[in-house]
Amino acid sequence: MELIVIGGSAGALDALLAIVPALPDELVTPILVALHVSPHHPSRLADLLGRHATRPVCEPEDKQPIRAGTIYVAPPDYHLLVERNETCALSVDAPLNYSRPSIDMLFDSAADAFGPAVTGVVLSGANDDGARGLARIFAAGGCCVVQSPSAAPHAAMPTAAVQRAREAHVLAVGEIVPFLARRAVIRKDRVAR
Amino acid sequence: MNDLAPLLDAIYQRYHYDFRSYAEASLRRRLATALLHFRCDSLPELQARVIHNPLAFADLLRFVTVQVSDMFRDPVYWRAIREVVVPYLRTYASLKVWVAGCATGEEAYSLAIVLDEEGLLDRALIYATDINPESLRAAQAGVYDTSRFARFSDNYRLAGGRASLADYYTAAYDGAMIDQRLKKSIVFSDHSLATDTVFAEVQLASCRNVLIYFDKQLQERALGVLAEALCRKGFLGLGTKETLRFTTLAPSFTECAPDARIYQRM
Repeated sequence: MELIVIGGSAGALDALLAIVPALPDELVTPILVALHVSPHHPSRLADLLGRHATRPVCEPEDKQPIRAGTIYVAPPDYHLLVERNETCALSVDAPLNYSRPSIDMLFDSAADAFGPAVTGVVLSGANDDGARGLARIFAAGGCCVVQSPSAAPHAAMPTAAVQRAREAHVLAVGEIVPFLARRAVIRKDRVAR
Repeated sequence: MNDLAPLLDAIYQRYHYDFRSYAEASLRRRLATALLHFRCDSLPELQARVIHNPLAFADLLRFVTVQVSDMFRDPVYWRAIREVVVPYLRTYASLKVWVAGCATGEEAYSLAIVLDEEGLLDRALIYATDINPESLRAAQAGVYDTSRFARFSDNYRLAGGRASLADYYTAAYDGAMIDQRLKKSIVFSDHSLATDTVFAEVQLASCRNVLIYFDKQLQERALGVLAEALCRKGFLGLGTKETLRFTTLAPSFTECAPDARIYQRM
């Protein structure tokens, strides 16, 4: 199953609010998002993204099937992972990199389950969560994208990601959606052949 | 479960702990962390290490099972226990409640506090069970890092706490200890939702963020055990992202506090 996983922290919400409305209808690859949010309040992230999206956005239940054309947002205070049987998995394991949800945990599980079919995207943020996971996605044959650190409100996360995953495509926010769309077409052709 | 299977089979044969139907993604993650801890390069190497050494296995168990929860995690749940479940519990002369997968005891003590404030603790017995002996020892000790209590207190207030959480523990030099009075109402014991059966009839079973670690087949088994333990009209509390929907147990329950994931057995 083709899959896009996106991670971010401080400053990433603005990037997501630019990315989500720009997704073209033809790009039906399911998208999973781990964004660092306060664990103590019910998140409005899914609602917020949903208002800007032309496709369903939800906080998944445990074992919810991953469907085309849908965006899944990690619930606050849970890790979001993906299973080989194309379902979402949640965990309350200890925070990783002080974060729950952890971007590394989402990315690692995606790499383990779907290898070359995964595209990982690291956005703005103030720590290095996501860098190891992105390297893991690359090692499993997947594709890596990083928001250009020079244009990100907080450069630490994308900088760490580029250092760990040197082959990553470093893109401005506005270039990310066209890149994802092109990649989806290329993958589709490859799978068809 | 492909490459994990030999290790999990061996653990089951040797120690009778059954992780064969655990959800794969998080189990894989935990085993990867264990590999680092044991300085093993591969799962077969880890298997060789733990199968011949019960102490090493006890150590591994720590990685595979421990869930840390907070007191009054998800205040909306605890508020619903007070508002929806407690009025029903009042109608019983003596109460039995079950916290399944209690880990280090935070939720069992939260429940004891709610029952105490509602005047029910004197007639209640709380069973708190887990498969990890080390967790059970920690739960029984009831000592938590002092730094965690600010968060616990916030949760407690949001959950409708009637007093101050400080009334229920004593700060000591290396942590805060839960009061003896609460501990006396709780029986901590070993029980596996994967391999054991029902041991008591209860009016409330609270099993939160445990089922997320099981695959669908094991979830069905565990829910079967929980349902069988519940008396008629008894309550089942799950984690906020767990649901009975899509399970064969769904028709046997009504959802009585949907936001809090509290179900009542019909």
